[in-house]
Amino acid sequence: MTQIGQTAQMRLEGVSLSYGAKLVLSDINLDIARGEIVSVVGPSGCGKTTSLRVLAGLVSPSGGRIVYEGTPLSGPRRDIAIVFQDYGKALLPWRTAYQNISLALETMGTDKSERPDRIHALLKLIGLGNHADKFPSQMSGGMQQRLQIARALAQEPSVLLMDEPFGALDAMTRQTLQDELLTLSTKTGATIYFVTHDLEEAVYLSDRVVGLLPNPGRVGRIFDVNLPRPRDQLTTRESPEFLHLRHELYQFVKGAEQ
Amino acid sequence: MTAPAGPTRPFDWRPLAVPLALITAWELAMVLGPATTSETLAAPHAVLVGFFTIVADGTLLTATAQTLGAALGGLAAAVAIGLVLGLVLGLSALIDMLLEVSIEAIRPVPSIALVPLAMMIYGFGYRMEMSIIAFTAMWPVMILTRTAIRDLEPRLLEVAKALRMSFSDKVMKIMLPAIAPRVFVALRLAAGVALVVAITVEIASNPQGLGAAMILAQQTFHPELTLAILIWIGLLGYGINHALLYLQRRLFAFGTGSEVSHDAR
Ligand SMILES: Nc1ncnc2c1ncn2[C@@H]1O[C@H](COP(=O)(O)OP(=O)(O)O)[C@@H](O)[C@H]1O
Ligand SMILES: [Mg+2]
Repeated sequence: MTQIGQTAQMRLEGVSLSYGAKLVLSDINLDIARGEIVSVVGPSGCGKTTSLRVLAGLVSPSGGRIVYEGTPLSGPRRDIAIVFQDYGKALLPWRTAYQNISLALETMGTDKSERPDRIHALLKLIGLGNHADKFPSQMSGGMQQRLQIARALAQEPSVLLMDEPFGALDAMTRQTLQDELLTLSTKTGATIYFVTHDLEEAVYLSDRVVGLLPNPGRVGRIFDVNLPRPRDQLTTRESPEFLHLRHELYQFVKGAEQ
Repeated sequence: MTAPAGPTRPFDWRPLAVPLALITAWELAMVLGPATTSETLAAPHAVLVGFFTIVADGTLLTATAQTLGAALGGLAAAVAIGLVLGLVLGLSALIDMLLEVSIEAIRPVPSIALVPLAMMIYGFGYRMEMSIIAFTAMWPVMILTRTAIRDLEPRLLEVAKALRMSFSDKVMKIMLPAIAPRVFVALRLAAGVALVVAITVEIASNPQGLGAAMILAQQTFHPELTLAILIWIGLLGYGINHALLYLQRRLFAFGTGSEVSHDAR
């Protein structure tokens, strides 16, 4: 899908990372095209979250580099937004939904007069239109994660990094949010780097699925997903191609765990 | 931030039974017993009469204003200094390490031992009293602020980092609001300490406020006034703590409440 070097919006060039003596990521090479949805799967502890944190500029690689829009990444950027796994900790409990989104706009220096409209539009987009004045503690897990996504979208990101964003939600909420994410991706054209342990979710959402191998974390295989879009929770998941990919991914992760 | 009011419980009178029984027994013992003409004790009715006397002639109000004024001034200084020190120590492991021994050496000095020094510097009056209050009440604020900063949710700091917040924004919009519930608990502790120290200093040396009024009553053989002031001080402390508890619930009702209510007593 990606032609090396030309259309890549983000490139991992020989990225490795050690925590102390422990090598967590080893020589990761990956090109991600603009607007692409890439999922990352692999056994627990294989470095999925760490790879996302490196892409976010939250940690610098010990070796290699990230090239973003043609220049080496040296730290966090506002056009690269993160959605953390633990929404309960990533939201400001003393701010309402409205004010949590406002945090991003305040920080980016968005004109004060523009903020209310933008915030209300985002709340509506993410299905929280009637909950502007609720505090996170008054919202369900699904609503809190929607709010975190809205805050990330307030940054108008070119890249959205998501770490098991739906992992803690029930199956129905998860499927709803998956479809909303796909709609968002078409609307905003943002590139999405999506960490998950749900193999079906990875296939359902993605253009490509990166399978990581553990100890040290490295790319084992890259799976191209050529399922037609728009995708559908029933027909897509029942298609032979989907089932075949799920099967292959399952075997890959099973093998990686040993 | 407005909070939904908590459920209102019907007032429970039962905890009042024990004090009421004790007061009745005390009254009976004083009126019927051999100690009727005591110069060290007074019957509850005499205490009540004494209380209304000093309310009527204004001495209680003046003394209360002096004590609360000193306590409030000292508390304000304690919170300001404790907060800044706690922030600095919480944020910088290096400064914390450099100051640890000095702080641990100064902190245990009993507040009352500072009276002679404060007196030499300031003489009698508010400034002497407030300086001792500030010294004593700043420690809980400093220590709880430092701990709260250390315990900050790392994820929130990452949110700040990912958004490339300025340092001042990070302090104002993430750190201070995050530690506010615990700092408020520290403020409540410090307020209690401030009242205790104010009265202690007034009893020991400073000729103003409720402490000095008690000493005067004692020296002029008015046990009923001494007792009236003593009970008044108890009521003041109780009232202040409950007012602050109420404020705490109003201000920090947004969360699950766990961090507030657990150490709220
Ligand atoms: N801050 C850290 N310090 C030390 N080791 C870490 C740190 N973060 C992650 N690790 C280690 O790196 C490995 C990969 O972790 P992580 O990226 O969280 O895995 P995954 O998200 O795939 O479950 C694990 O062995 C973990 O213990
Ligand atoms: Mg992880």
